Amino acid sequence: MKITRAEVEHVARLARLELSESELDTFTVQMDGILAYVDKLNTLNTDGIVPTSHAVPMENAFREDTLKDSIGVENAVANAPKHAESFFRVPKVIE
Amino acid sequence: MEIFELTIHELHEKLKAKELSSVEATKALLTRIDAVEERVNAYITVTPEEALKEAEAADRRIAQGEIDLLTGIPVGLKDIFVTKGIRTTCGSKILHNFVPPYDGTAVARLKERGAVILGKLNQDEFAMGSSSESSYFGTTRNPWNLEYIPGGSSGGSSAAIAAQEAMATLGTDTGGSIRQPASHCGCVGLKPTYGRVSRYGVIAYASSLDQVGPLTRDVKDAAIMLGAVAGYDPMDSTSVNTPVPDYLAGLEGGVKGLKIGLPKEYFIEGLDPDVKKALDRAIELYRALGAEIREVSLPHTEYAVATYYLIATAEASSNLARYEGVRFGHRSEAARGLTEMFAKSRAEGFGSEVKRRIMLGTYALSSGYYDAYYLKAQKVRTLIMQDFLKAFEDVDVLLTPVAPTPAFKIGEKLADPLQMYLSDIFTIPVNLAGTCGMSIPAGLSAAGLPIGLQLVGRPFGEQSILNAAYAFERETDWHKKKPAL
Repeated sequence: MKITRAEVEHVARLARLELSESELDTFTVQMDGILAYVDKLNTLNTDGIVPTSHAVPMENAFREDTLKDSIGVENAVANAPKHAESFFRVPKVIE
Repeated sequence: MEIFELTIHELHEKLKAKELSSVEATKALLTRIDAVEERVNAYITVTPEEALKEAEAADRRIAQGEIDLLTGIPVGLKDIFVTKGIRTTCGSKILHNFVPPYDGTAVARLKERGAVILGKLNQDEFAMGSSSESSYFGTTRNPWNLEYIPGGSSGGSSAAIAAQEAMATLGTDTGGSIRQPASHCGCVGLKPTYGRVSRYGVIAYASSLDQVGPLTRDVKDAAIMLGAVAGYDPMDSTSVNTPVPDYLAGLEGGVKGLKIGLPKEYFIEGLDPDVKKALDRAIELYRALGAEIREVSLPHTEYAVATYYLIATAEASSNLARYEGVRFGHRSEAARGLTEMFAKSRAEGFGSEVKRRIMLGTYALSSGYYDAYYLKAQKVRTLIMQDFLKAFEDVDVLLTPVAPTPAFKIGEKLADPLQMYLSDIFTIPVNLAGTCGMSIPAGLSAAGLPIGLQLVGRPFGEQSILNAAYAFERETDWHKKKPAL
């Protein structure tokens, strides 16, 4: 086994993803299979190989810190499931 | 010939000669959509009112003598492109009601040139899939045979071309999501070099791999569409500031002396016999046209799928953290407290393929596993890139299959995610290497399903693959075949 059901539950908590009992069962089997497959990378020696994060070499892109138009508060909250004036409304955080 | 069958360049000539107006062309397309959409399901949202307004505006521009190659041309957009005031779902329940406040750069560039947007096209949820079956809005069916998948994730974008529901479409390609559906639906699909087209306003899946590109009826149209959307954009810090050639003017179609490489790892046992036949025929044609065919090696090919599914899922798990039910999209009504609201909103809003990839990516990035999985994959990615750079020391372009088989049946690979992932084996390495590739129609299977061939170029070598594709297209008529829908 590459991954246990308990580990899958732990990862689901990290990902803020509520999974049903049957999803936990299915994902444990499927992730186990996929992780066994990706294990083939360990047959390659990668000592001294520089990791690639982007295929095209690039440096930090800087720009002048100038004031520009933005979409505005009204547009920013327009898609929120709940909002009040310029704020996003969420359930109570502190009981 | 029906109006909806025209290519961009053919319609452009008619608009310029005032034989046809953009409103007439747009109406013809909208009528066609009405006639076939129930069977194909290529669109998530059709926007007839906005399209006709844009067509009227285009006709006014044309009347003033202001005509560009794309002025008045009706096109469709994968629903991954944010569009101002038009619902943008990315194929997901979690964004089922999202109406963006802005246009992304590629969309804005098409609109500036006067293109008419017909609507938003179906796709796998968050572009995660090879069959368009993971969309919350139902499966798109292949116009060549409605029992078959159109490919994915840009399956709506390819099906719309084959079913003549748009003159051209935009898709995105993270591991083959333009080229594979283009191959399965018999159209031209081009994935540009990473950084060639801005990703601003494209809903992110795997940010180091995602690229925007066109799906079209022929190579000229691909050159026109790429030329319209390519180029540096300060809103995407990974877009590359290098000049955009006039791809259309550069299509001269000669391949005499062009060195074409056949990667031996791509011509393997298990390649469908009809795909093999189409490839062999294409190789012979290129040889007859004066190209020099050479065998090359991309030795790390067999590691590409594993590398991709670690890097792409890791990036996806981070990108998709933004969907939590606070600022946009679906919010669970069942939750008590904030953390539970996040977890339940995501549980209710995401489909199973998206959940599976978030889980894999979160695992690959989690404490104790980062080095073993994510970092290891990034190192293997370097080896895969070096394979391509080395091959391009000997040859100008590579010729390969796009997919090991023609389109498969709807439902056939749903139970086994790994089998679905392995169908992208010939397209994924190009994304990892960050270079450009395209699929062009090259045959039909015995069952009458389209087969594409892939041309891969050096980074920013889009002109060379377009040109090689054009040479092939001029000698064949596969791109003119149409499904009996």
